[in-house]
Amino acid sequence: MSKQKWENTLGRTLTLICAAILLITAISITYFIGSKGLATFFKNDVSIGEFLTGTQWNPDGEPGKFGAFPFIFGSFVVTFLAVAIAAPLSIGAAIYMTEIKPRFGKKVLKPVIELLVGIPSVVYGFIGLSVLVPFIRNTFDDTMGFSILAGGIVLSVMIIPTITSLAADALEAVPQDLRNASLALGATRWQTIWRVVLRTALPGILTAMVLGMSRAFGEALAVQMVIGNTTALPTSILDPTNTLTSGITANMGNTIAGTVANNALWSMSLLLLIMSFVFILLIRLIGKKKVM
Amino acid sequence: MNNNIIECSDVSIYYGPTQAIRNVDITFPKSSVTAFIGPSGCGKSTFLRSLNRMNDLIPNTRVTGEILLDKEDIYSDAIKVDQLRKKVGMVFQKPNPFYKSIYDNIAFAPKYYGKKKKELDEIVESSLRKAALWDEVKDRLHKSAYALSGGQQQRLCIARAIALKPDILLLDEPTASLDPLSTQKIENLVVELKQEYTIIIVTHNLHQAARISDSTAFFYMGNLIEHTETKKMFTKPSQKKTEDYITGRFG
Ligand SMILES: Nc1ncnc2c1ncn2[C@@H]1O[C@H](COP(=O)(O)OP(=O)(O)OP(=O)(O)O)[C@@H](O)[C@H]1O
Ligand SMILES: [Mg+2]
Repeated sequence: MSKQKWENTLGRTLTLICAAILLITAISITYFIGSKGLATFFKNDVSIGEFLTGTQWNPDGEPGKFGAFPFIFGSFVVTFLAVAIAAPLSIGAAIYMTEIKPRFGKKVLKPVIELLVGIPSVVYGFIGLSVLVPFIRNTFDDTMGFSILAGGIVLSVMIIPTITSLAADALEAVPQDLRNASLALGATRWQTIWRVVLRTALPGILTAMVLGMSRAFGEALAVQMVIGNTTALPTSILDPTNTLTSGITANMGNTIAGTVANNALWSMSLLLLIMSFVFILLIRLIGKKKVM
Repeated sequence: MNNNIIECSDVSIYYGPTQAIRNVDITFPKSSVTAFIGPSGCGKSTFLRSLNRMNDLIPNTRVTGEILLDKEDIYSDAIKVDQLRKKVGMVFQKPNPFYKSIYDNIAFAPKYYGKKKKELDEIVESSLRKAALWDEVKDRLHKSAYALSGGQQQRLCIARAIALKPDILLLDEPTASLDPLSTQKIENLVVELKQEYTIIIVTHNLHQAARISDSTAFFYMGNLIEHTETKKMFTKPSQKKTEDYITGRFG
């Protein structure tokens, strides 16, 4: 075999092995979570209905209660709150750094945002715990400070950099030609931004939001530090609650593998996995849908 | 009383320290077609863009001298740039429809000047008819503009520009990226449109200039060398440089 041919074969084999390892890992993780998570229902005979809609969580009780609804509800509420806070701010910032002050945006804002992306979540959680929680406690009556609000704000701060930088990329990708066309038609700069630039960048901006959402949904540590970790259903944004991720991190150390209490945590993981599939699917769908 | 709609005197344009247009004097009569010709980089686009202030968008550009539109200095502080561009429409070299439907492309600008749905329908139809595109697209007005061919897209851009009923239409090499048939359609369109609009067209195609323009302006290295009746320009130019250029001796 010639050297070139041999190199070719070697390269092909090596990359194939890498791809195969990745694939096998993904499949085995899915299988592992799936089998453990489903064991709760098929081996331990917990009803899926109770798991998804029940509000009582007491796996060690006699009989055990496996209503994970407060966790599920908490995850969704905190995530949506985070995105509701983060999206407008991020999109505004992205517009500022691409359309209004592009040079300042590139030189100063972009690096700062990239820096923020790199800060570990425990740091965000720690700041939330030492600044935000006391602030909420002192500002509002009848609250410990540990709350949905605290979780939502900490998560929003965490996902703002992600959404901002992706949205900025989407805005930058809008061809200059389209801006010129709009301006040459007598549109003002704001009309151009609203009706041409944002419209054209919409799929990219939506993708940015979904990615932010998925990051918020999956974040555990920072949320766990400020959410309060109670299993009662919250009645207000100032109530403490729990999320799937913080439920898992808080409880996994106290359960023994193979027990129903442990399996129930795997069921929660399975739910998280399914949600991340949903997010990926959403992103795919948005990507397919052209603006026009 | 003359019927010049635009009068430029002593216009110079700078990009930072470099001067792209040197002391140009030129006038454009109403309802005429003027062609700008000249070698690449001589400043045709630069000068054209100064007429609707699209140059304002390029950092560090500076315009000196005077450009009067209907006797009004378009660089005076009293002028609203968006109102100016409504009067002086522009079509670019590369077709640049919005990622919207054919209908919405044309309705885009009239919409924010407060036109209602029924009026919009009329504007869309009449603009497309004027741009000789109506018959080709009337059944798919709400489909994406990007489903059109390059030539159709360019006519759509012309329709979009005339939807605002501008007084002047600036065309910067509108047929440079088109096939001969589409080119011919647009040339016919220009001749048709000059009844209603004053048209200034940049072109590298001298035959095109000869076919459709009433007067031709020859630019060379930022200077306006000669501006005269098209027929005269292509038969008896008064400047040696012009003659060299149109006979293909350089450029
Ligand atoms: N945005 C800009 N910044 C700096 N210089 C520029 C810019 N645009 C054009 N120029 C310069 O100004 C001069 C005139 O350019 P212009 O684009 O007006 O030429 P043109 O006659 O339209 O050429 P072409 O036929 O190739 O389109 C050129 O020397 C060019 O390099
Ligand atoms: Mg040019």
